[in-house]
Amino acid sequence: MADVAIPRAKPQMSEDNAWTRLKHNRNWLGFWFMVPAMAFLIFFLAYPLGLGIWLSFTDTRIGRVGHFIATENYEWLWDDSIFWLSVFNTLLYTFIASAFKFAIGLYLALLLNEHMPFKAMLRAMVLIPFIVPTVLSALAFWWIFDSQFSIISWSLRHLGLISQNINFLGDTTWARICVIFANVWRGVPFVAITLLAGLQTVSPSLYEAATLDGATRWQNFRYITYPLLTPIIAVVMTFSVLFTFTDFQLIWAMTRGGPVNATHLMATLSYQRAIIAGQLGEGAAISSAMIPFLLAAIMVSWFGLQRRKWQQGESND
Amino acid sequence: MQDFTRRSLLQGGTALAATGMLTGPALFDFAKAWAQSAPWKAEPGAKLTVMRWKRFVPAEDDAFNAMVAAFKAATGTEMNVFSESFEDVQPKASVAANTGSGLDLAWGLHTLPQLFPTKVLKMNDVADYLGKKYGGWTDAAAKTCKLGNDWLGIPVATNGGYMTYRKSALDKAGFKEFPKDFPGFLEMCKALKANNTPAGFALGHASGDGNSWLHWVLWGHGAYTVDQNDKIIINSPETAKALEYCKALYESFIPGTASWNDSSNNKAFLAGELYCTANGISIYVAAKTDPSKKELAEDTYHALWPVGPVGKPTELQLALPILAFNFTKYPNAAKAFVAFMLEKENYEKWLDGAQGYLTQTLNAYENAPIWTADPKNTVFSQASKRTLPASGIGTVGEKAATAIADFIVVDMFANYCTGAKDAKAAMAEAERQLKRIYR
Repeated sequence: MADVAIPRAKPQMSEDNAWTRLKHNRNWLGFWFMVPAMAFLIFFLAYPLGLGIWLSFTDTRIGRVGHFIATENYEWLWDDSIFWLSVFNTLLYTFIASAFKFAIGLYLALLLNEHMPFKAMLRAMVLIPFIVPTVLSALAFWWIFDSQFSIISWSLRHLGLISQNINFLGDTTWARICVIFANVWRGVPFVAITLLAGLQTVSPSLYEAATLDGATRWQNFRYITYPLLTPIIAVVMTFSVLFTFTDFQLIWAMTRGGPVNATHLMATLSYQRAIIAGQLGEGAAISSAMIPFLLAAIMVSWFGLQRRKWQQGESND
Repeated sequence: MQDFTRRSLLQGGTALAATGMLTGPALFDFAKAWAQSAPWKAEPGAKLTVMRWKRFVPAEDDAFNAMVAAFKAATGTEMNVFSESFEDVQPKASVAANTGSGLDLAWGLHTLPQLFPTKVLKMNDVADYLGKKYGGWTDAAAKTCKLGNDWLGIPVATNGGYMTYRKSALDKAGFKEFPKDFPGFLEMCKALKANNTPAGFALGHASGDGNSWLHWVLWGHGAYTVDQNDKIIINSPETAKALEYCKALYESFIPGTASWNDSSNNKAFLAGELYCTANGISIYVAAKTDPSKKELAEDTYHALWPVGPVGKPTELQLALPILAFNFTKYPNAAKAFVAFMLEKENYEKWLDGAQGYLTQTLNAYENAPIWTADPKNTVFSQASKRTLPASGIGTVGEKAATAIADFIVVDMFANYCTGAKDAKAAMAEAERQLKRIYR
């Protein structure tokens, strides 16, 4: 009997197993609800990323299908001094700009968190650099730092402090300072406002208790504000680093990577080679070379966020 | 009848008004007569989609549209014309070549037809017809469009740039006329600097201005990026001499040229801070049309690029070739349109509308009225004659265009002039970059 019963039961089971079961199973239901979002991510994120990486292994030019050439593009980049200069520039740019953005952003956030007249208006005003389209602000900075018509040079000259225009965008060091300054100006509001939001979640009772215990303002900051703010700092700085690392518009509008490639970032060099010069494959290789750096930046904050010390400001891990 | 909405009526009305306004009856008569006798008869019901680069001056666009309208009226060919910015023309033409659809004609820059020689309609008969009728093609124009004995496109025009200077400054520096050779030019720049009326040429990533004057310096010394067989020869004693010469020039320039882009010299010249530069005719046209700059316009003159030690002109001017794709359904209409544009009755008016931005590639048009209408226009009539192809002496095509777009020569000079690298290192870097492109 048992021999007969089992084969009979099996087809019934397998019928259930297939499509119907997938449709009705509660565990799969969650998957079905996720499909639209997944399709969206695959089409608009994974596919372009994959295509970019694939292109970097081909000799594709604009408008012409390329052939697979393995790692040839990367081999050429490996001893390309302009590429390595752009890597150096990108790291320098990201590191200095992010450090300044953090320091100034945190300072502004603390300031705006104080009680003062016109608080709401001041907070709104801080956002202005963030609201102005990047290209517009870049053009404004381009004029401000122009070699002939710079308002700064003009003012200093009329004050009699200098005799000749400052060569803002024509001198390697000056050009780097200028583009970093413009980036900091633009990025500070994002950091400041996000940190301000973080500050407002800190319960005032903690400060009250600390003040009763005789804590100074510095101790308030060091032992209450800062530890409670760390998760937000980690998130905001990750984003800030990512945005800075991949910056393009500011540089392109102000210097096009000049003078003599001193401000060429990986993103601008990639654009120059891929779109302007038409070598899509090589441009894609430069863009793809950014991925390890970006992954590293994300990993730092990812693992940081996993740690209780970062989350709750305690010393135990 | 249902389609007869207010909107379609309005559109039809404006289109009619536009054609009526832009084209005189004389042009229509000519077009009709031309269509009767032309060697190419447009296919009945032909439809052409034409892409062109975005105009510099409205009058040039108007003249172009008038030709299009006349051609349409005379041949019954449906014309669909649209413009793209300079940077977008090549990618879009390439996509059309790749997919085999979307465009019939593309009017682009540099050596566009050389990018997809198997996808273009051979224009040998058109080139022959026009060349015979109008005194032959200029050398560079022919090289830009020819592959072996085949014409891959027709060089419609050249966009020329020339020395633009303030006569009063030259007079004061003791130069009765603009120098004709390299040493004289350097002397002049030094004298201008001493008088605090400096010259200035872009050493930044200025695709037009930077590339044209630095290739002129390079080629003028007999140095080239690649030879006839596309072998890289940038690392040479001639290049070293060009670098030295350029550095001496750079030291006499207005400060800040290392950061200049294509618009910087226009701004500085029009503001009266710059007294000599190289540019398209736009600086002069801008000054002429601005009543507040009357004096500056009167003091502004143009001159040919001085000739370097090689003893012949080595200018780099921008070629503007048109091509038809071989997948067009109406090859005769396409050829007819290209030939029609370059006929005297159309072309001279067109040059006129362009105010000097466009220079002919057919020798007979050297006497076009535009060049004598204002004596200051005259030098621009030489652009297509005195230029080398964008590839110098190397093979015309994609790789040469890439090297220019990637600022290889500009960066080499900028590296040396600004002191970022010594001559050897600057040349080595350029050599390395060229190897990447010509691999």
